[in-house]
Amino acid sequence: MIWDLHCHLSGVEGKTVDERIAQLMGYADRMGVERLIFFMGWPFSVDPTPDEFRKQNDQVMQAISHWHDRAFGFVYLNAKYVNESIQELDRCVKNGPMIGVKLWVATRCNDPAIDPIIKRAAELNALIYQHTWFKSGGNLIGESTPGDLALMAKRHPKVPLIAGHIGGDWELGLRAIQDSPNVYAGIGGSDPTAGITEMAVRTLGADRVLYGSDIGGRSFSSQLAKIQGADIPEVSKRLILGGNLKRLLTPILKEKGIKI
Amino acid sequence: MIIDSNLYLSRWPFRRLPNDETASLVKKLKQNQIEKAFAGSFDGLLHKDIRAVNQRLAAECRTAGPDLLIPVGSINPRLPGWEDDVIACHEEWQMPGLRLHPNYHGYQLSDPDVKKLFAMAAERGLFIQIAMRMEDDRTQHPLMRVDDVNFAALPDLMKQNPPLQVTILNGLKSLSGAKLTRLTENPNLTIEIAMLEGVGGIEKLMKQVPYQQILFGSYFPFFYLESSLNKLKESDLGMEIEKQISRENAQGRFLKPSQR
Repeated sequence: MIWDLHCHLSGVEGKTVDERIAQLMGYADRMGVERLIFFMGWPFSVDPTPDEFRKQNDQVMQAISHWHDRAFGFVYLNAKYVNESIQELDRCVKNGPMIGVKLWVATRCNDPAIDPIIKRAAELNALIYQHTWFKSGGNLIGESTPGDLALMAKRHPKVPLIAGHIGGDWELGLRAIQDSPNVYAGIGGSDPTAGITEMAVRTLGADRVLYGSDIGGRSFSSQLAKIQGADIPEVSKRLILGGNLKRLLTPILKEKGIKI
Repeated sequence: MIIDSNLYLSRWPFRRLPNDETASLVKKLKQNQIEKAFAGSFDGLLHKDIRAVNQRLAAECRTAGPDLLIPVGSINPRLPGWEDDVIACHEEWQMPGLRLHPNYHGYQLSDPDVKKLFAMAAERGLFIQIAMRMEDDRTQHPLMRVDDVNFAALPDLMKQNPPLQVTILNGLKSLSGAKLTRLTENPNLTIEIAMLEGVGGIEKLMKQVPYQQILFGSYFPFFYLESSLNKLKESDLGMEIEKQISRENAQGRFLKPSQR
């Protein structure tokens, strides 16, 4: 059972989102990926206005509309616009089909101004994915580190939070979240450097590690390899490839009447 | 069966890698139907006594992976007496090719010594491999930031040495579009897939590069071996093209009849 935490509607040709997702599903079939979570439309926008993130979320909702029980969406928000983001959460999650939140690089997540969004997402059982990087050349101004997320996690200790890319430089990222039990490592969306999964399991335990691909910019191949090639028990691989994500999403999927 | 064009022995300078002991590396290669692998040495990046690096590499291949590991010696044309290293690789250790890391050794392909090096390799029937990068530039050690190799001078260098076979390693994260096709216009230029990303990556690459110039490469053990193995499955190649990319392109270009 493979559930993919991190997919985009990019990397394939197609004039419409329906054409694009159909092609992506073909590759998912080839690689045995059963369920996929999509967020953000295209073109990517690093600091979207409310109008822009609404359009991007409309694209994703259209794309997943023909793939019930297989493709899901996380709502893309910009924490610079707290009120509009909460309205969008309600539109797409409370009253729509989406099941989580994607926060990217517009603002750093350690700023308490983000808290109303996190609280509302938690009330809706929406799973929160925060992009994180530790770039040796320096992050973007609004780009969060896993350390930023650990700070935010302390203010919301009961809310599951995902450190996307686990900071890219995973040797730093894993250390930054090791003492934050509600933070999970999303190990997708970086080079398939050997040792990432072994260190994640050693540092956090297998139940805090999540597979995701970051297609279409990345491949299923390179990202699945991080688990398939890791020297960890088979039971840990099953958790990382889908078991953990299924567990985290079960409350909201049940609420929405989606077959698990 | 597969021929791997991009393997490294010994130690990555910044962390231990799973399978960086040659015995376990060889075991893993055999378990995954890798029949031959062209192996360089991580020591070739930073060591100044490159002769000893190549000697150890040759001995390690001979003792730990006879008939499987084929040593490819490191050359640093900025070292005094580098020409003797070329001769030793060829005559003393019977290596079929040379591996260059211009960015780690601080020179450009337009430097006069590189012209001489290419001429020596062509005269001796040695192939040349050039590693474009060794890791994501965003995760490099902050005290060891290294730019990608600039290949602007390569087409002219190859024109001056028509029979010379040149392979770019770890090139497909950065090379695309016109930059890539300018290089692959020369049929003696090959490129391997270790850093190829994107869904259906090989299928897409074949729209730009003739499949006869695409090689299987894993960059194992820095990357999980499964990453490149999966890529053969993720793209719909058909048996004949898969055979060419995974084995026959390298066999025809780089192996002596006695090694096939």
